[in-house]
Amino acid sequence: MSAATLELASDEGRQIAHPAPAESPLAVRELTVSYGEKPAVFSVDATVPAGSMTAIIGPNGAGKSTLLKAALGIVPRISGRVLVFGQPLAQAMHRIAYVPQRASVDWDFPTRVLDVVLMGLYRELGLLGLVRRQHRERALACLERVGMAEFAGRQIGQLSGGQQQRVFLARALAQNADLYLLDEPFAGVDAATEKAIIDVLKALKAEQRTVVCVHHDLATVTQYFDHVLLINLRKIAEGPVATAFTAENLQKTYGGRLATAHIDQLKLPTV
Amino acid sequence: MGADFVTLSLTPLLIGTLAAIACALPGNFLVLRRQALIGDAISHVVLPGVVVAFLITGTVSTWPMLLGAAGAAVVAVVLIELIKRVGRIEPGAAMGVTFTSLFAAGVLLLEQSDTSGVHLDVEHALYGNLESLIWFSGEGWHSLLDPAALADLPPELFRMAAAALLISLLVVLFWRPLKISTFDEGFAGAVGIPTTLFSFGLVITAAVAAVAAFDAVGSIIVIAMFICPPAAARLMTNRLELQVLWSVAFAVLSAVLGYVLAGYGPLWLGGQIAVSAAGMIATVSGVILALACLFAPHRARIGAPKGS
Repeated sequence: MSAATLELASDEGRQIAHPAPAESPLAVRELTVSYGEKPAVFSVDATVPAGSMTAIIGPNGAGKSTLLKAALGIVPRISGRVLVFGQPLAQAMHRIAYVPQRASVDWDFPTRVLDVVLMGLYRELGLLGLVRRQHRERALACLERVGMAEFAGRQIGQLSGGQQQRVFLARALAQNADLYLLDEPFAGVDAATEKAIIDVLKALKAEQRTVVCVHHDLATVTQYFDHVLLINLRKIAEGPVATAFTAENLQKTYGGRLATAHIDQLKLPTV
Repeated sequence: MGADFVTLSLTPLLIGTLAAIACALPGNFLVLRRQALIGDAISHVVLPGVVVAFLITGTVSTWPMLLGAAGAAVVAVVLIELIKRVGRIEPGAAMGVTFTSLFAAGVLLLEQSDTSGVHLDVEHALYGNLESLIWFSGEGWHSLLDPAALADLPPELFRMAAAALLISLLVVLFWRPLKISTFDEGFAGAVGIPTTLFSFGLVITAAVAAVAAFDAVGSIIVIAMFICPPAAARLMTNRLELQVLWSVAFAVLSAVLGYVLAGYGPLWLGGQIAVSAAGMIATVSGVILALACLFAPHRARIGAPKGS
């Protein structure tokens, strides 16, 4: 190999190593997912800023949950790329914690609250690693953060919906991740749980972690989140709440299904 | 219990017990995943597999039979997936269609082929031949220490023991990912557990149990053991670890009690002949499930109370 080619190669190497403009915790490029013949998510580009609290907003069936699942590799994508902290998913999976929809599992499953939280330590424990006292204590501390420590020994079916959601959040906390992806964490929970969850999420943000929620309640968006991603099959808008969460974008997202009167009540940021 | 017991009953009891354990272990996960019918499907399609293997090789020796049965199980699993996806039919119906038609095809095939010279018929497929697995060289408990006599043990015993051991090891080794992916497949995928591989692996494991047990104990026991002991065990406890142990205990109890009742029950009632051990073992497992439904401590499925 001549000196000239060597130099060229190293130049290229430098170029690849360098472009790190504050790497985004989650970036998807031209992501398309389909169930059967019908696309569920079509060519979506989105970049979640580091340290943000981002809400994914859109009508039912708009592909919000699918977008999360595709980003996590749980559902196969037809095309597009997913970068987690600038890396392919496989190399950065350990930095993500995922909270699925509460209704996606059978809460009759024979297991106790603490065992569910310990599932969050799977990557650490591996196939046969023993659950030691320090692991149990950490799981308990996570339950403490969501106000569920006293329920550690309960069978999970004996919890209320809100308590179940908090157990799921505790399991995600046990993963000690940098990026938290939550699928409708506030769906069907009581007011006390909603407060407990948002407090924890805000604490995560204060620790410089990034939080992304699929979110349904338009009324709380401005109060809970600082970034939004509006999708309805395609991306409609993304950006800070102040500039992207506008009446115009909401009309586009919900396709006129949202009454003007409803939008007026949302206390939208004035642009 | 003396020499007669060792000769006549020891090996059938052991084989029945091992078969029950081998099926009950994967059954726990199948039942929790609401895939209990898969076990049913696999044990039915074993028949056409065995018949085809016989038609090709002309013998009923062990390996061709096992390969034929395993092949049929794979064909059935693929067919079920195909019917589900292409026909957009719900899984239960897809399984039902697949295993009944394959089993029926097996019956036709069997009827049309000349199996008069060998021990292969529909009854054998259903009840197995547990009672005939006699240890001729077992002349008493001392035979257990006699290498020559041990070499004469029915080969089904070793096959069933190997299958039960393999399945137990797999369950222990993959306990954690198996539990997580059974409870919450989405989360499991997000922590890097290959969930598709595990769900396919579970079905293959169930197929191994069904195929190994089929020849010795027949499909009635296989079907019953996939479902009854795990379902009864679920009602005994709210922890998966204990549920699996309970299911093994119920499987052993069904096998032993069923075998003894089949052999001696009719005599106690004044009858003359014994009844099918396979039928009795399956019946006992059903009775255990019924009792668990009535009296077990965790039979009340507590729904989530509203609010917190």
